[in-house]
Amino acid sequence: MEIPYTVEARPDTGLANGKLGVWLFLASEVMLFAALFSSYILLRVGSTEWPNGSEELSVPLAFFNTVVLITSSVTMVMAWASLKMNNFGKFRLFLGATILLSFVFLVVKYFEYSHHLHAGEGPWHNTYYAIYFTITGLHGLHIIGGIVVNAYLWGPGAKMWQTAKERFTNRIEIAGLYWHFVDLVWIFLFPVLYLL
Amino acid sequence: MDNVTTAGHAPAGTHAHGHAHAHADHHEQSFVTKWIFSQDHKVIGIQYTVTSLLFLLFGFALMALMRYQLAFPMQPIPVIGTMLGAANAPGGIMLPEFYNQLGAMHGTIMVFLGVVPLAVGGFGNYVMPLMIGAPDMAFPKLNMASYWVYFLGGVVMLASFFMPGGAAQSGWTSYPPLSVITATNGQTWWLIGMIFLITSSLLGSINFIVTIVQLRAKGLGFFRLPFFVWAQFVTSFLLLLAFPPLEAAGVLQLMDKVAGTSFFLPSGLVVGNRPLDVSGGGNSLLWQHLFWFLAHPEVYVLILPAMGIVSEIIANNTRKPLWGYRVLVYAIIFLGFMSFIVWAHHMFMTGMGTTMSSFFQTTTMIISIPSVIILSALFLSLYGGSIRYNTPMLFALAFLPMFGIGGLTGLPLGLAPSDIHLHDTYYVIGHFHYVVAPGTIFALLAGIYYWFPKVTGRQMSELLGKIHFAGSFIFINGIFFPMFIQGLHGVNRRLYDGGVQYAHAQPVLHWNQVMSYAAWGLMLFQIPFIFNFFWSIWKGKPVGSNPWKATTLEWTATTSPPLAHGNFETAPEVFHGPYEYSVPGRAQDFLPQNQRD
Repeated sequence: MEIPYTVEARPDTGLANGKLGVWLFLASEVMLFAALFSSYILLRVGSTEWPNGSEELSVPLAFFNTVVLITSSVTMVMAWASLKMNNFGKFRLFLGATILLSFVFLVVKYFEYSHHLHAGEGPWHNTYYAIYFTITGLHGLHIIGGIVVNAYLWGPGAKMWQTAKERFTNRIEIAGLYWHFVDLVWIFLFPVLYLL
Repeated sequence: MDNVTTAGHAPAGTHAHGHAHAHADHHEQSFVTKWIFSQDHKVIGIQYTVTSLLFLLFGFALMALMRYQLAFPMQPIPVIGTMLGAANAPGGIMLPEFYNQLGAMHGTIMVFLGVVPLAVGGFGNYVMPLMIGAPDMAFPKLNMASYWVYFLGGVVMLASFFMPGGAAQSGWTSYPPLSVITATNGQTWWLIGMIFLITSSLLGSINFIVTIVQLRAKGLGFFRLPFFVWAQFVTSFLLLLAFPPLEAAGVLQLMDKVAGTSFFLPSGLVVGNRPLDVSGGGNSLLWQHLFWFLAHPEVYVLILPAMGIVSEIIANNTRKPLWGYRVLVYAIIFLGFMSFIVWAHHMFMTGMGTTMSSFFQTTTMIISIPSVIILSALFLSLYGGSIRYNTPMLFALAFLPMFGIGGLTGLPLGLAPSDIHLHDTYYVIGHFHYVVAPGTIFALLAGIYYWFPKVTGRQMSELLGKIHFAGSFIFINGIFFPMFIQGLHGVNRRLYDGGVQYAHAQPVLHWNQVMSYAAWGLMLFQIPFIFNFFWSIWKGKPVGSNPWKATTLEWTATTSPPLAHGNFETAPEVFHGPYEYSVPGRAQDFLPQNQRD
C-alpha cells in the first residue's frame, strides 16, 4: 500500500497531506512569534524607559526591505501560477527572482546589523536592542530556511516537474505558503520595532 | 527509492502505481535503511520505545543516587560513590552542586526524554497508524527526522554531564535569575538540547495530526476512532501549539547566557554582595509564564496517551464497550483546550497578583471536571464486566486509583490559599509523581505488555509480569505516599540533606529512609520486567495475530507482527465503532471493526 492523498485531496477532508502539514507548521510558527511578541510587550510595559524605534533604527532601510519582501511574495505567487499555466521557463524566472530578493533582504539586514554592532549597540546594550536582535535574528533564520527550500526547488528539486507535474506544483504552493508567512512576520516586525 | 516514490505518486494512473508497489515489496533493504535510518513507522516506534525506556532507566538511576543522599546525608555512597569522580562526589560524598544536577536532569530526562517519547513517539508511532488502517505515517521522512533529532537532543543532555562544570543544575523548570547567573555552562547545553527536543516533537506532532485526519481507513469516521487515537490526536495539538513558546523562551534564555542580554534579569540584581554587570530591565516572571505555558499542557501530554492506553486495555479485558465513549471524546477535547489557560496556577506564590490568581484557580477547578469525567467513565466501564486479570489489565486497573490520588491531591495546589502552605514542599512532588509515575508509567507498562504480541508475535511471561506488577505497586506507593506526609509538615522539596537542619522536619525525617528503600526496591522489581522483555522476544509463547480477542484494526486486519511494507495486505474497511464487545446474539464475544455483520 502506498501512502494516499500525497497529490490529490481526500474527498471528505478536501485536503492533500502536504497542505494540511504546512498549515499545522505555520500554526506552530504563529505560536513561536506570538510568544516573542508577547515577551516584547511585557518587557516594554514593565520598563521605565524605552527608546522610540524610529530614533534608533533606520526606517528607510526597513521600508526598502519591506518592499523587497512583499515583491518576493508576489514573484513567489507568479512562480506557482506559471506552473499552473504549464510554463516551466517562467517558473524558473520568478522563483529565481524570489531567491534573489531574499538575498537582497539579507544583505540590507547585514549592513543594519554591522552598523549597530560597530556602534556598540549589540544585544547586550539594552533590552530594546536585545529583543530587536533576537526577533529579527530568528526572522532572518526563517529567511535563510526559505532560501534553502526555494533554491532546492529551483535547482535539483525541479527535476520532479518531468515526472510528477501536479505534485511539483503543490510543492511550490506549500513553499509559497511558508514564504508568505515569513513575509507576514516582517510586516508585523517593521512597525513594532522600527516605528513604535 | 526516489524512483519508487515519484513513480508511485505520478497521477499517470494505476499502472505505474502497481509497478512501484511490487518493486517496494521485493526490494531488500540494507541493515542501515531497515533498522537505523528507517522510514517505517513501526521501526521508528520501536526505536523510540527502546531509547526512551533506556532514558527512563537512566533518569531513575539518577534519582536512586539522590535518594541515598536523602536517606543518609553526607555519608559516602557505597560502591558507586567512588566512580562519580572527585568533582562530583569527593570521597564518595555527593556535593550539593552535583545533587542539584541530578535533580534537574532527573526531571528533564523523565519528562522530555522518557515519558513523552515513549507515550507519543513509541506507542503513537507504532500503534496509531495500524489502528486507523494506514499504510504508514503521512510523512515517513519527517518521522525519521523526528526520531534522530530527538536522539541528538538526548546525546546533548547526556554529554552535558561530562562538560566542565557538569550538567544544568537549576531544576527542570530552569527559573532565572538562578539558571542564568550560575557560572557553569550546563544550562547552555540544556537549552541547546531542549531546542532539539522541541524540534523533534514539532515534526512528530504535525505528522500525527495529518496522519489521523488524512489516512483513516474507509468507513473509519472520527467517532469510530479508538479512544487511544483520540488521545494521540489531542496530545499532538498540545505539542504543536504549546512547545513553540518554550522554544521562544529557550532562545531568550540562551541569549541571556551567551549574548549578554538580560531578558530575565531585572535591573539592580545583586549577586554575592555585588551588583550584577548586565544591562538589566528584564523580568524573571516572563520566563515562568512562557515556561508554564508549555509545561502545563505538557502535563496533559504526559497523561492523555496514558488514558488512551488504559481505555483500550479496559475495554478489551472487561469485554464491554467503554462507558460513554462520546462523552470521553468530548471530555478529552475540552481538556486539551482548557490546558492552555491554567498555566499560572504554578505561579500563585510569585507575586503576580490576586486577580490573576483568582482567574487561574477558577480555570484550574474547571479543568478538573473533564479529568473526573474520564476517570469516572473508566471506572463505570468496569461495572458488570467479566474482567480478565492479565498483566496489562492489572497495570491498567492500578492506573485508575493512582491517577485518582494524583488528581485529587492536585486540587489543594490549584487553590491559591492552600497552595501557600503546600507550595514547593514534598507534597507537590508526591502529587505530580502520583500522576506521572504510578499513573502514566503504569499505563505505559500496561501498553508494553498489551502490544508486545503485536510487535513480536509472542506474549510476555504472565508470571514474571505479575511479579513485576505486585512489587512495583507496593514499592511505588512506598516512595510517594510519605511525600504527602512530609509535605504537609512543610518539608521543602529542594533540600540537599532532606531536612536534617530544620526543626519542623524532625517528626517526619524517618520517612526519608523508608522512601529510599522503597525506591531501590522498585528498581529491583524492574529486573523481572527487563528480563521478561528480552527473553520474550525470542522465547515468549507464540500467540496468534489476535491474542486478546480485540476489535480494533491493529489486531484484526493484519498479522502479528504486521507486514514490513504497507502494514496491510489489503486496505481495511471499517463497519463498526471501536468497542463492539459482547454484542448480543453473536457466537463470538467480540465484533472486529473490519468485519461486516
